[in-house]
Amino acid sequence: MELKHQLPAEHTRRKTGKLFFLKKELLRNKYVYLMLIPVVAYYLIFSYGPMYGLVMAFQKSYSPIKGIWAGEWIGLDNFKMFFDSYYFWRIIKNTLILSFYSILFGFPAPIILALLLHEVRKKWFRSTVQTVSYMPHFISVVVVVGMLKTFSALDGGLFNVVRSFFDMQPVMFLAEKDMFRPLYILSNIWQGAGWASIIFLAALSGIDPQLYEASKIDGAGRWKQLLHVTLPGIMPTVVVMLILRLGAVMNSDFQKILLMQTAPTYETSDVISTFVYRSGILEGNYTYSTAIGLINGVINFSLLLMANSISKKVNSTSLW
Amino acid sequence: MKRSAGEYLFDGFNVLLLCCIMAISIYPLLYVFNSSISDPDALMRSRSLMLLPEGFQLEAYKVVFQNPKIYTGYLNTLFYVIVGTLVNLLMTSLAAYGLSRMDLYGRKTLMKLITFTMFFGGGMIPTFLLVQNLGLVDTRWAIIIPGAISTFYFLIMKTSFESIPESLIESAKLDGANDFLILFRIVLPLSKSILAVMTLYYAVDHWNDFVGPMLYLRSQDLYPIQIIMRDILISSSTESMGAGADTGFAIGENIKYATIIISTLPIMLVYPFIQKYFVQGALIGAVKQ
Repeated sequence: MELKHQLPAEHTRRKTGKLFFLKKELLRNKYVYLMLIPVVAYYLIFSYGPMYGLVMAFQKSYSPIKGIWAGEWIGLDNFKMFFDSYYFWRIIKNTLILSFYSILFGFPAPIILALLLHEVRKKWFRSTVQTVSYMPHFISVVVVVGMLKTFSALDGGLFNVVRSFFDMQPVMFLAEKDMFRPLYILSNIWQGAGWASIIFLAALSGIDPQLYEASKIDGAGRWKQLLHVTLPGIMPTVVVMLILRLGAVMNSDFQKILLMQTAPTYETSDVISTFVYRSGILEGNYTYSTAIGLINGVINFSLLLMANSISKKVNSTSLW
Repeated sequence: MKRSAGEYLFDGFNVLLLCCIMAISIYPLLYVFNSSISDPDALMRSRSLMLLPEGFQLEAYKVVFQNPKIYTGYLNTLFYVIVGTLVNLLMTSLAAYGLSRMDLYGRKTLMKLITFTMFFGGGMIPTFLLVQNLGLVDTRWAIIIPGAISTFYFLIMKTSFESIPESLIESAKLDGANDFLILFRIVLPLSKSILAVMTLYYAVDHWNDFVGPMLYLRSQDLYPIQIIMRDILISSSTESMGAGADTGFAIGENIKYATIIISTLPIMLVYPFIQKYFVQGALIGAVKQ
């Protein structure tokens, strides 16, 4: 009997305790909470709002007038339609191949540049190379693609002038499906390698100079030092950057690809994001393209989780 | 310490390689610049690498400067850069200050919810429909509000705010200052260099923004310079080039090159002087990762 009476009393006491605490906390930090109102509102509307909008992926169509819950529920039909479509393998393949080549050629480029810069003794030369090689980073993607376009003009474009030196026929580079990947990756390296080297340079400057001294005493030359001191020294940074990159393997530079691609190159250039754009925004298949976006987002998220747990085991470096 | 022959070879090869890298970095811009001031006919016939301009004219620049689309595009971009960056800085500072208060109830939950948005989101279509439903499409706000906080920059700023000694804030509180005063009078003035970095990063993002305007803007008079440049450079729209019948077709290529120079030159000239802030930003970002 007594126990029965006691329980609710205890419960209410705890509740008022918590309420009392909350009230006190709200009052004490009232200005901080006031500051966070627009922040929370922003994230709720512009980050979680679209996530809520993902329910469209399970509907037949979207009506701007009736709202998000009025659509006819069709379960996983949108996903099935995508898996069965001719484009499914093409855009998955293109996204992965482009990422694979970008990592293969693009990822080592800034590391090599940083290593070269690290070996320079003259400070002025080093900072000159840095300033110059960072420069392309500040050119907008639109201009870079614009440059690619003018350079690949059939008549007197730079690329075709160079081809003519080797007695090769002029080629419409941006309309050749086999040229899309090399152009995309090389221009990315041209634009981004310098800037990306900053992170590795910082890691290099963090290596303990005593290690170099010690290896010198042991008779190691510059090459040996590079292999046994420098490279191990930046490995943790390299691994973290690689994990980040692998986590984004299903992501592609939507902006640049969209600007670069032409209908004749869709076979190699069409990736998930450009497909979603065309099918969603241009053709109005909102629910279908939302479903494709959702698949992409889920894969990306799980890839990142996987990459992170691998790195935890291998290197004891984690992103969080 | 004396250098051996091997060392000299190592260094010489290294310098040579880096010189090649510099040449590759600069050459495309040099080519564009030389082409822009070359004579249109010479440019059409030219099959050279354009290490020097062929002939000389500034007609193309005149056409570009007189093109009303480029003019309004520049003004619009200026608006997006200035207002957008101000909104970014305000919102990011509020978020960074609020969530750097260690004693705040619910801080951890909020942080988790915010960090999650870096790794997962609704994607292009739901975001587009949301912006449309909010009635922002084809207004300047569509460019400014949906990206008001970059979570990545917010994390950088928060880390920086956390390094400010707590005792400073405590003593200001004892003196009766509220959190707004503390943020604007103590924390922000102490964070000038991180503010400079954030300003630069946000401003460059706005300057380069192309996808936002492409998705959300319909009226030509709201277009930023990047959209105008897409029309000129990639879609080769002669109407956007401002090249009417009087300027002739031949100068079209020169106009493209001149447009590239005009849109790129300002940042190229300013950048070497503010490079250290950019580098600082890239480094803080890396440490954060």
